[in-house]
Amino acid sequence: MDTTTDALARVRALMARATGDEKHEESSTSTLDALWVLYDRVLHVDPARPADPDRDRFILSKGHGPVALYAILVAKGFIPEAALDTFMEHGGTLGSHPDRTLVPGVEASTGSLGHGLALAVGVALALRAGGRREPRAICLVGDAEMNEGSNWEPVLIAPHRRLGNLTMLVIDNHSSTPDMSPWAERLGGFGWDVYEVDGHDRAALEVALRRRHEHTPVAVVADIPPGEW
Amino acid sequence: MDGMRVAFARTTSALLDEDPQVALVLAEISVSGYLWRAIERHPERAVNIGIAEQAMVGIAAGFAMEGFHPIAHSIAAFVAERPYEQLKLDFGYQGLGGTFVGVGGSYDYAAEGATHHAPADAQVMTAIPTMQVLAPGHEREVDALLRATYANGEPTYVRIGSAANTEPFDVAPGRIEVVAHGGAATVLAFGPMLWPTLQACAGLDVTILYATSLRPFDAATLAGVVGGAPTVVAVEPWYEGTAAAAVTSAIADRPARYAWIGVPRTFVHAYGTREDLDRDAGLDPTGIRRRILEVMD
Repeated sequence: MDTTTDALARVRALMARATGDEKHEESSTSTLDALWVLYDRVLHVDPARPADPDRDRFILSKGHGPVALYAILVAKGFIPEAALDTFMEHGGTLGSHPDRTLVPGVEASTGSLGHGLALAVGVALALRAGGRREPRAICLVGDAEMNEGSNWEPVLIAPHRRLGNLTMLVIDNHSSTPDMSPWAERLGGFGWDVYEVDGHDRAALEVALRRRHEHTPVAVVADIPPGEW
Repeated sequence: MDGMRVAFARTTSALLDEDPQVALVLAEISVSGYLWRAIERHPERAVNIGIAEQAMVGIAAGFAMEGFHPIAHSIAAFVAERPYEQLKLDFGYQGLGGTFVGVGGSYDYAAEGATHHAPADAQVMTAIPTMQVLAPGHEREVDALLRATYANGEPTYVRIGSAANTEPFDVAPGRIEVVAHGGAATVLAFGPMLWPTLQACAGLDVTILYATSLRPFDAATLAGVVGGAPTVVAVEPWYEGTAAAAVTSAIADRPARYAWIGVPRTFVHAYGTREDLDRDAGLDPTGIRRRILEVMD
């Protein structure tokens, strides 16, 4: 096994430690490869300085199925492994939707669908207003979460504000009742630069998630075929 | 007519000039005619995002997450009610501070109909545990209260409108002003209700108090002036009884009679001017006096 495979095996073991189950709901496992690529290869974040003003900001907008995020935050040293043992329990810090006031490395308290992208637009605007040119705001949404109309307000606004420091990562695990495709035409029509990749292809995810333009926000649509969670 | 709105724009523009950590997020309302120049001067942190109030509040919260003091503003209904969950979660639950300025109060936009009314604004705001709720009664008080709270680290709702008192008070958040001393009852007027209340109470032996803060509420002053078995009349610019929890809990240690004079809890199916709807609601000086005399009887 290569290093990444070993590391992901550990993350899966950590997820099992949290849930006491070898299987995981699709909202956790469908995000696993993308989250790993973000935290292992793309995001500039440092567990020793979780509030570093020059860090990249990652917002898990959908908030659902955060076990993969918690496990990766443990693997990367943001939170102690023992925190997983009280997942969803009274007295624990890791709930089934994350609370930014309890968990270092969690940027936003999410779970009510359709909040994170506007937060990310605000963060991206604030980074620019503060003269911080390096850090980015990266926001993960789900395909069914994109049913929420509140997401389409920031979809409209981000290109208008020319937010080159914003990436929206859509995990399309085909859980939406209305068909959300074609993503490229829909998001592209609003002015986003859209990349559609296999949601388990970590090399392709890394290339897409590293993309950045001066004035155009990037959307990465990670496709997770049904049954491949 | 819109002195408070002008004052809000003037103070907000000044705060943007004075404090590089102030951000302004607008959703088209008050851009032309009020704040366009501030947006031109500070294009990176004074933004008009278009008619999208949920995003307005969410984006303001994003600014707050980065240490800015955001100010968001619209017509009261569209900043206090439409994006309510963004206020509750993005600011309240996340522990962030920001200022939300609602113009138009209960039915300032009388001719626009009830789609543009927001008599519930103060009540729904107080349902968010950390939300401060302020009701200045004069344009100079708008400036004082905005400056006192914009960087307080708490979500703060500031209700402004076309109704205004003729004279300002030296107000501070969380402080009741004692306007007159009397023996028969205590009349507590909120924000712009002070002026019609003073007219309504002409010649009456009543204590008159003036509050610009619903939260924090000055329970100590109220408890100190009302006496042992008081009659307390609240005159409210929003739905009647909105202040009931704050007022009754301040004097829960004594028997008291209460009356709540505010906007009736019914939908308005009428147009006209604010003054027309005040008369319909019994919130003109004549109506307020009639209600106070009933209670004192």
